[in-house]
Amino acid sequence: MINQHFTVSFILFMFFRHARVRKYGAELQRCQLEATPVEQGDYHPLKPIIVTDSRSRRGGRKGSTSSSSSSSSSVAMDPLSSMMEGTDPLSLFAAASASEVPTLSHSSSSVELGRKQRENEDEVGADFEPWSAKRGEILSRFTTTEKLSINLFMGSEKNKASSPSSAVSEKVRTRLEELDDLEEGSQRELLNLSQQDYVKRIEELNQSLKEAWASDQKVKALKIVIQCSKLLSDTSVIQFYPSKFVLITDILDTFGRLVYERIWSMCSDPRPQPDSFSVEDVNDTAKETCLNWFFKIASIRELIPRLYVEAAILKCNRFLNKTGIQETLPRLTAMIRGIGDPLVAVYARAYLCRVGMEVAPHLKDSLNKNFFDLLASFRQIHSDTVQNQLVIQRVEIPVYLTLYSPAIHWILQCVAYRAPDVLLTEMMERCKKLGNNALLLNSVMWAFRPEFVAARATDFIGMIKDCDEAGFPKHLLFGSLGRSLACADPAESERLPILNEAWKVITKVRSPQDYINCAEIWVEFTCRHFTKREVNTVLADIIKHMTPDRAFEDAYPQLQSVMKKILTYFHNFSVLFSMEKFLPFMDMFQKDSVRVEVCKSIMEVFIKHQQEPTRDPVILNALLHVCKTMHDSVNALTVEDEKRSLALLINGFIRMVSFGRDFEQQLSFCVEARATFCNLETVIIQLIHTVNQLAMETKRVMGGNHSRKTAAFVRACAAYSFITIPSLTSIFSRLHLYLLSGQVALANQCLSQADAFLKAAVSILPEVPRTISVEGKQRSSEAFLLDFINSFLSTLLVVPDHPEQGVLYLVRGLLNMVQDYTWEDNSDAKVRVYISALPLLAAMSQENYLYTIPKVDSNETLYGGDPKFVAEISRLCETLIGQVLDHLKTLGREEGVRRQGSIAFALFSVLLAHGDLRNNKLNQLAVNLWNLSHKNGYCETRTSVRTLEHIKQQAGIWIFTCGFVGGIWFGC
Amino acid sequence: MSVILDIRLKRANKVYHEAEVLAGVVVITSKEAVQHQGISLTMEGLVNLQLSSKSVGVFEAFYNSVKPIQLINSNIEVAKPGKVPGGKTEIPFEFPLQVKGNKVLYETYHGVFVNIQYTLRCDMRRPLLAKDLSKTCEFIHVLQPQKSKVQPSPVDFTISPETLQNVKERNSLPKFLVRGHLDATNCVITQPLTGELVVESSEVAIKSIELQLVRVETCGCAEGYARDATEIQNIQIAEGDVCHGLPIPIYMVFPRLFTCPTLETTNFNVEFEMNVVIVLHDDHLITENFPLKLCRV
Repeated sequence: MINQHFTVSFILFMFFRHARVRKYGAELQRCQLEATPVEQGDYHPLKPIIVTDSRSRRGGRKGSTSSSSSSSSSVAMDPLSSMMEGTDPLSLFAAASASEVPTLSHSSSSVELGRKQRENEDEVGADFEPWSAKRGEILSRFTTTEKLSINLFMGSEKNKASSPSSAVSEKVRTRLEELDDLEEGSQRELLNLSQQDYVKRIEELNQSLKEAWASDQKVKALKIVIQCSKLLSDTSVIQFYPSKFVLITDILDTFGRLVYERIWSMCSDPRPQPDSFSVEDVNDTAKETCLNWFFKIASIRELIPRLYVEAAILKCNRFLNKTGIQETLPRLTAMIRGIGDPLVAVYARAYLCRVGMEVAPHLKDSLNKNFFDLLASFRQIHSDTVQNQLVIQRVEIPVYLTLYSPAIHWILQCVAYRAPDVLLTEMMERCKKLGNNALLLNSVMWAFRPEFVAARATDFIGMIKDCDEAGFPKHLLFGSLGRSLACADPAESERLPILNEAWKVITKVRSPQDYINCAEIWVEFTCRHFTKREVNTVLADIIKHMTPDRAFEDAYPQLQSVMKKILTYFHNFSVLFSMEKFLPFMDMFQKDSVRVEVCKSIMEVFIKHQQEPTRDPVILNALLHVCKTMHDSVNALTVEDEKRSLALLINGFIRMVSFGRDFEQQLSFCVEARATFCNLETVIIQLIHTVNQLAMETKRVMGGNHSRKTAAFVRACAAYSFITIPSLTSIFSRLHLYLLSGQVALANQCLSQADAFLKAAVSILPEVPRTISVEGKQRSSEAFLLDFINSFLSTLLVVPDHPEQGVLYLVRGLLNMVQDYTWEDNSDAKVRVYISALPLLAAMSQENYLYTIPKVDSNETLYGGDPKFVAEISRLCETLIGQVLDHLKTLGREEGVRRQGSIAFALFSVLLAHGDLRNNKLNQLAVNLWNLSHKNGYCETRTSVRTLEHIKQQAGIWIFTCGFVGGIWFGC
Repeated sequence: MSVILDIRLKRANKVYHEAEVLAGVVVITSKEAVQHQGISLTMEGLVNLQLSSKSVGVFEAFYNSVKPIQLINSNIEVAKPGKVPGGKTEIPFEFPLQVKGNKVLYETYHGVFVNIQYTLRCDMRRPLLAKDLSKTCEFIHVLQPQKSKVQPSPVDFTISPETLQNVKERNSLPKFLVRGHLDATNCVITQPLTGELVVESSEVAIKSIELQLVRVETCGCAEGYARDATEIQNIQIAEGDVCHGLPIPIYMVFPRLFTCPTLETTNFNVEFEMNVVIVLHDDHLITENFPLKLCRV
């Protein structure tokens, strides 16, 4: 059957010499939609929907859906940009519903609502920095290399029931046995533990606590907790104490939670609300269990475990009576007075405050009491016992004092949380009265509201100055002050004196590490309130301090932070680079990785904040230097992602460079940039685009008429592209850039250059590999190649033939390349190219081309519809169709009927659109193709139906032979 | 075939006053039906006295143990002879805690030489070839709180080398001065013992300050009486060299079962004392004794 069709069609193809004559103008007119004037005030889906009054919505949904035209239509408003002003419907609905919910519940239970609000005032808000935030910091800050020991006397607790009488219940007996077990095996001391081992051990204890609890060994669990908290009375490796506190209080928290949950689970059903239950809801069993815990804990022999464990289960007081917590807190607070070691005591206070804030944040009195007790026993820090201990452990006083900071910070933070100013002032006065109050002062500045501190900054400086130099290091004090000032602004008139005073002290700090820690904080204050002059001075000072002995090598994080702060406040790069010390400061980043990081952050800020292109030589030089640094960090080992992000930043910079009308300068900049960034392909691509754009810009400025000078310049641009493109490795980038540059050259009337570009593109076509890697995966390159060829073909329409070469030199060249290219096996790509070349040939045979380039004579003018030219085209067409039909034939033999159908249909469509179907033979070929494509039923019905509709429509315009339509109908 | 007998009192804390009713259930768990010849409950209150080896010698202590004093012994029948079906059977009961005659019921107290205990025993008599079953459960008897108000009897104290008794070499003692007060020595047993203590000065650093609760038990017997003081618990209130001049709270909860209102009877006495123990860094031990009178209000 198929063969029969083709014997017919082979005779026919010779006659496809008539491309349909197209009247592009008329076709365009016909295809255009009817222009209807847009009515103003029309509903537009993108217009902002504004709910004027959410309360009025009760009556119905009218208010929400009516889009009131807020923007009067005379002002042409971009619907998208108006959306961005926060009035988008979603957020509006959310806001409306949020405002509606309380009103509804208000009507139902206003009493409850009132209660809730009142409670909320007592609750701890989000502005309270939780303990969990401090935890990590303390753990990383207080470390030690000394050997630690854990001393666990599991059985040392003498049980009071020394003679178990006959009537002890089963339960008690098993517990006692359990206890004996522990007594025998667990009296152990773990010596010589490294810090990691220690942490691991504690974690093991935490686990065994949970396991013991889960396996209902409550006594063992309690013992573990007691033993752990006993470790807190041991200050043998004092530098590690804060970390130890963190670790062990974690266990205590776990324990507290377990006990609370257990008792809560004992409350019979219906379970009371987790948070708001009253004592009456708790049944007797739960109460009794709870009471047992408290009795048990009250009989713990040693002070510190008793204190910690009771604090841990403080929350359980809620099961017993209403005032329990209220009474227990002050008692525990007073109990801490019995702890002789000031460090242990202060951490115990911190724990109590922490539990207190969690369980009963409204009980501020005991917090205050804690603080006042702390003040009262403050002199303990300098007692002989402590001093002796420090001598033995060889710990210096300043180091020792900093151990206090986390605890005192925490206590003060709790005290200061939402406290009235009067109270804070009183606290401050009390601190002042104590001798050597640097430690306290530091915590006050740290913990109190920054606004409070900022308002009294001058006072604080005075106090800091009065401090004893020997004790707490002053740079830490200034550091704390600086931190507050970075968040809140002092009075305008005080700013300069504050900076002067502070810097006077900071600059005297000897140790570079201490110095930079402090200076880093103050840079923020300086940047925030002062001009480049002051910042420059500060930078100069930093350089002066950090350069000797290459101290900066140990301070990269801080220096980076300084840089970040400067960049946050200085967005104007001409100001930034005019700072004398900025570049020298940058030079301190000598480690490559850090240096690149810094450069990246600079470029990020530049791209984000530079609004308009610049030609400022200072900026350009500096940034070119920065970019070069980034570029030079690229080596064979750099990962693809890193390259991409670097290239992105450099591209951002290149885009921001503009020399205005000085095009030559711009070009020479591009030349320089090409030399500089030769390793980053993306940047090179960007440069070629920039140069192409430059050429087009030149054309625009000249209004399309190049003078001799500009013509030369444009050719220079083309030359730039031409010699740059081959350096790219990505074949498709090269292809596309050749094409693009060719188009640009053509647009600028550089015919020979355009020719060279296109020829180059054609000549590298065979190099295109059959697979390319896309995002790490190997993909067939066919689709990309087809895309490119199609776009190339459409350009070829306007390229005039080279006078010295034959007719349709480029088209032939391309088609030859396509023919010789090693396509994938079983691929129709070649034939598809042939099919898509047909419309080009059809377009070329028109009298007037669909599009032309101003001032460039295309083939239409060159040949003026010369019959020889048309005949050449026809011959080409014939060859192509012949190839396609050959291919169709081979497909018929194989398993490719589906592909055969689709190619046949494609060819049919092309013939239909571009061929002159009045030609009988062509007509017959089309009918045969239609039939072939439908023969195996793989054709999409919808497409067929649409095609038929189209044919019918066309039939009204052109005269079809009955045979054609009839043939098709017959085929259906 | 196992039968499990259990007593469950309704009150979770098992604390009862005189003339109250112990309510609860006898639980019988068994796979099969159980034949029995009656289930009964016995309530018993006993004072066990033991002589300490210290005061009367080892052998006397062993042989001469004083006969227990019975306070209460009553019996009720829970179930007539019959059969209990298999599975879990609960038989509720109510048993008044009532003493016959003019006997006095003392409070439950677990001591070393004196033990006052109340038990509830359930007996199931069973026919031949099966063992009788029995289950005992302790309950706690607590005196009705007295209506009368206890006069608080605050005590101020000062401890210094001069106030100490039985010191051999007064000169070798380091100088120190501790002041303080107890809010009461007539203590309510349900309330903690409270007070304050201030270390005014001390030449040698303080290692620890502890509160020691001591029971003093006296048993009368043929040869006279034996009086022994033993420690109940020791509570540390200060650790390390505490801040001088700052009051440290004295606070101690009286443990349940191990304490009872101070008791004086013809046969035995139970009294309590508290010691404030100060341990100095050079291991000097300084003790100040306070007799306490406990009562229930």
